[in-house]
Amino acid sequence: MSHAAVILSYLIASVLFILGLKWLSSPATAVRGNRVSGAGMLIAIVVTLLDQAILSFEVIVAGLVVGSAVGLWMARSVKMTAMPQMVALLNGLGGGASLLVGGGEFLKSELVNENLTLDVSITIQLSMLIGAVTIAGSLIAWAKLQEVMTGRAITFPGQKVLNALLFLAVVVLSAYQISVPESLLWPFYAVVGISLLLGILLVIPIGGADMPVVISLLNSYSGIAAAMTGFVIKNDVLIIAGALVGSSGIILSQIMCKAMNRSLANVLFGAFGATSASTKTAEGLTARQTAADDAAVQLAYAKSVIVVPGYGLAVAQAQHLVREMADLIEKKGGEVKYAIHPVAGRMPGHMNVLLAEANVPYDKLFDMDQINAEFERTDVCLVIGANDVVNPAARTDPGSPIYGMPILNADKAASIIVLKRGMGAGFAGIENELFFNPKTAMLFGDAKGSLQKVVTELKAL
Amino acid sequence: MIEALLGSVVIFTLATFLGVELINRVPTTLHTPLMSGANAISGITIAGALIVAGGGHGWISTVIGFLAVVFAMINVVGGYAVTDRMLQMFKRKPGAK
Repeated sequence: MSHAAVILSYLIASVLFILGLKWLSSPATAVRGNRVSGAGMLIAIVVTLLDQAILSFEVIVAGLVVGSAVGLWMARSVKMTAMPQMVALLNGLGGGASLLVGGGEFLKSELVNENLTLDVSITIQLSMLIGAVTIAGSLIAWAKLQEVMTGRAITFPGQKVLNALLFLAVVVLSAYQISVPESLLWPFYAVVGISLLLGILLVIPIGGADMPVVISLLNSYSGIAAAMTGFVIKNDVLIIAGALVGSSGIILSQIMCKAMNRSLANVLFGAFGATSASTKTAEGLTARQTAADDAAVQLAYAKSVIVVPGYGLAVAQAQHLVREMADLIEKKGGEVKYAIHPVAGRMPGHMNVLLAEANVPYDKLFDMDQINAEFERTDVCLVIGANDVVNPAARTDPGSPIYGMPILNADKAASIIVLKRGMGAGFAGIENELFFNPKTAMLFGDAKGSLQKVVTELKAL
Repeated sequence: MIEALLGSVVIFTLATFLGVELINRVPTTLHTPLMSGANAISGITIAGALIVAGGGHGWISTVIGFLAVVFAMINVVGGYAVTDRMLQMFKRKPGAK
């Protein structure tokens, strides 16, 4: 291929990525958007194979086949509840690939005794740093979400100082490598090792309800890492695609932070989930308990019902039962809507995907801003496995760690039924006064079991 | 060579702003597919991986390149396929079984 044809093909791929992202932004065009972006990727791969002086195709073909097979298997077999882990893992692999490309280019220069130019030298260091932080951080995020390790924040004294020192060490080592003409191995290993450690240390103090922010941020990092490798191999399509992903991850992180009324810096360095910092205790308060048959009667005669789903619903795999229950209520003349808090689930928009999987029509799902005014006119609000996002302390208690966080106005409904495993505190470790509200009835038990009973009772009515 | 680097920095900066404009108005419903779809795009590192793997600069480069191709390809194929799977669930007509 001529050089001009290569450049034009990469331009076409870049345009397809941009159109793909644009179309991904609307439900009507999203499927097409994803496929268009995939076509852009295919063009980029084919052009690279044709253009570059590639000597051995065996290794490449083997890599392409193995990678495609594993990727396809993961995409087919992953459960929708496990999407956050999957995305974390994919982010990590993207970052890891960037680390390997940067490292591979560096080792090549060491091997053939080639002196790197200043721009390549700088960007190699950056792609290794960002790539290593992304893969190590993503693996930790994956382990937290998969519950291989504790989901809570892990903190120790001097953590921030240590992180700052490690970062400084990477900067000094990289600067030294950039300043000398020949490629040295010891700073290379040190930079990769410290960067990997840094990735681990940056993610372990973030826990609990903050995980959606971490995943969005790691998504952003994986894009920036790809852009850096674009600088290394002097390929604009990597720079453009990487920058697009980098900014989309940042935007989603900000949306999540706004939904929790916290700054990004506070999420990253605040170690929010570390302590159970409840200011008010439940002492002296009693929660009213109800049974499945009473709850069913209440729901059957309700004109309007709002379901507030939380991650507990997804863990119990009870989405399908919720839809069955909603169908029964609607058959009896009631109206059922779903109120989705921006941080419901474990990644942005996770709850919407889970409900879509259970065939809940998406026009029944409402964002917080759309539905908050409706709770006052609602007969029954059914809270399933959600806690912090309906905690009135966010509105009333300036001492609460979640004070100021926008919440769903579940407490404004005429009556509230809370499906919950037990009286334990939520992900953020805070008592919830909604549970002690005189209008609230608690239906204890596993969400799936409780809903099954309610559905059976509803059918019998 | 610094001019060439700056030219790429210009492209990077403009693409970042374009990304912000593209993503800013996405409805909540699509946040998860958007993220996994964007994630697939970040697998564009595959282009770099192919160059490292096929360069023929000794076995270390080949091994590193092979791993890079595998990682990036899982990212690309897994990302696009899972996004498509999610979007198919949204595509069903409202109210349909």
